[in-house]
Amino acid sequence: MTQILFKNINMKDLHTMKVYEEQGGYQALKKAFAQKPEEIVEAVKASGLRGRGGAGFPTGLKWSFLAKDVFPRYLCCNADESEPGTCKDRELMLKNPHSLIEGMILCSYACRVEIGYIYMRGEFHDLIFNMGKAIEDAYAKGYLGKNIQGTGFNLDIYTHLGAGAYICGEESALLNSLEGERGEPRMKPPFPAVEGLYAKPTVINNVETLCVIPYIVNEGAEKYASMGTEKSKGTKLVSVSGHVKKPGNYEVVLGTPIREIIYDLAGGIRDDNNLKAFIPGGSSVPMLPADQVDVLYDYESLAAAGTMLGSGAMIVIDDTVNIVESTLRLISFYMHESCGKCTPCREGTRWLYQIVEKIMQNKGQLDYIEKMEDICDNMNMKAFCPLADACVSPVVSSIKYFRSDYEAYFKNTPVGSV
Amino acid sequence: MSGFTFSEKQEKEITGILSKYPFKKSAMLPLLTLVQRAERAISPEAMVAISEKLDCSPAYVQSVMSFYTMYHAEKVGKYMILFCINISCQLNGCDKLLEHTAKKLNIKVGETTSDEKFTLHREECLADCTNAPMMRINDTYYGDLTEQRIDQILDSLD
Ligand SMILES: Cc1cc2nc3c(=O)[nH]c(=O)nc-3n(C[C@H](O)[C@H](O)[C@H](O)COP(=O)(O)O)c2cc1C
Ligand code: SF4
Ligand code: FES
Repeated sequence: MTQILFKNINMKDLHTMKVYEEQGGYQALKKAFAQKPEEIVEAVKASGLRGRGGAGFPTGLKWSFLAKDVFPRYLCCNADESEPGTCKDRELMLKNPHSLIEGMILCSYACRVEIGYIYMRGEFHDLIFNMGKAIEDAYAKGYLGKNIQGTGFNLDIYTHLGAGAYICGEESALLNSLEGERGEPRMKPPFPAVEGLYAKPTVINNVETLCVIPYIVNEGAEKYASMGTEKSKGTKLVSVSGHVKKPGNYEVVLGTPIREIIYDLAGGIRDDNNLKAFIPGGSSVPMLPADQVDVLYDYESLAAAGTMLGSGAMIVIDDTVNIVESTLRLISFYMHESCGKCTPCREGTRWLYQIVEKIMQNKGQLDYIEKMEDICDNMNMKAFCPLADACVSPVVSSIKYFRSDYEAYFKNTPVGSV
Repeated sequence: MSGFTFSEKQEKEITGILSKYPFKKSAMLPLLTLVQRAERAISPEAMVAISEKLDCSPAYVQSVMSFYTMYHAEKVGKYMILFCINISCQLNGCDKLLEHTAKKLNIKVGETTSDEKFTLHREECLADCTNAPMMRINDTYYGDLTEQRIDQILDSLD
């Protein structure tokens, strides 16, 4: 099995400078500093790496969009990790914080950034000491600070904590939050690469994305691009949770069959029940029914199946579950996390909640499903940011594949419960 | 002037926080967090003190504060229990466990025990779903919860 991010993830004391360096850590800096910044950007482009935070945007391309000759520039590492089902960034920062710092240094050198922030969700307060110690050690070694390794390149990295708001994972809301404001999304354009933090050009990347950069610099773009499929290069961390025997974060080469992820890596369904459904990319992407378990885990195959790879969280649901219950839980999440800025999302999430709740109380009427579809139609792609679309995903897909779970309520015969 | 003053130690910490950002206002969340952790609540007086540090109006501080779920106007317990009820934890039976916890503490979800020791809140995904069911008490994550394990954890806190 090819392992890049998780190669030595469980090695004792990998989080320390000593062990990280013994494992070849910070070697990529020398290689990078011998090249021009643009060459690193080109290498990342050639590697085919796509953002691992959810949207899957090509990383090198994003870096090349930075407004020309405008300084200072900022790097914001998105460590908000709040997409339900996702817990890979936490494991990376907990066990291998230096790989994130090394990735941030390389990105900053390539993009001529001199200040980087790691925006962590507030609940990750326990990681602040871990990350903080790693940053301190990197300064002591001269990997951060002024005139790094005699190159004239300066970089400071700071951690910054959020305070409980899912929407702050959305990049423009993250910037507002980091500027000390309410975490509401901003109008785009301008995109952060042009006007981001403090209205300056800003790179925003997910933790996992940045952790891949040292490998690309060390081993070369070609080697990275030789793994995976045509449009999905390299490996991806998948957080497998729910009804599996061995829940955990697993690193897979993109293009691996989902069956292998659920049945081989995660040990199959608990109590040897049957698979009912799975949500392949975090709660914001459409779920798929069991018969699609042979779809390949990559961006294009999942898109062809009508869903998305998203953040890489595989939520596995067995046949004891009533999908309506799970869907209501997700609607409740989006209703709670809607920032309230725009009407389709603020009102739509609430209406959906009220309707599904009524259905579950056996007070539904036959046209309720139609009503839900109508509301979803008025939310999807019609709101200010993708949070509204995210709420639509579980609703529409649950109706599409598990309509009978809804209909059971109309007949006053609820199906099994969690 | 406000009726709230930062301690000398906090003043030092605040100087450190402010040095991280080119613009003061970025220290908003860190200062709110500092107060919330020290006082277990953010009072109107503290908002004034923060606004003075950041050169903005107290109303602005309040508007930001009200956006984030980790800040509380009313004092929370010594131990803040955030109980994840999102999908992976739901699939692993968190609803019953939350009920059990509320019963054990003799409060409803959202309330604080009369001795101000525990506050129990529902929480959205804590980003540790592979260890579901999950809860977080103050800064510590607890996974693979069972009724028995919850009892042990709560009983061990003083
Ligand atoms: C509602 C919402 C929540 C998001 N939450 C996160 C998150 O927690 N972590 C993350 O890395 N990206 C999140 N994103 C995606 C970011 O907006 C952004 O695309 C990403 O951080 C870019 O980094 P990448 O290109 O390396 O993936 C979220 C997007 C939306 C719309
Ligand atoms: S879609 Fe929802 S979260 Fe996004 S801006 Fe509108 S109200 Fe806020
Ligand atoms: S769903 Fe409970 S920790 Fe993620």
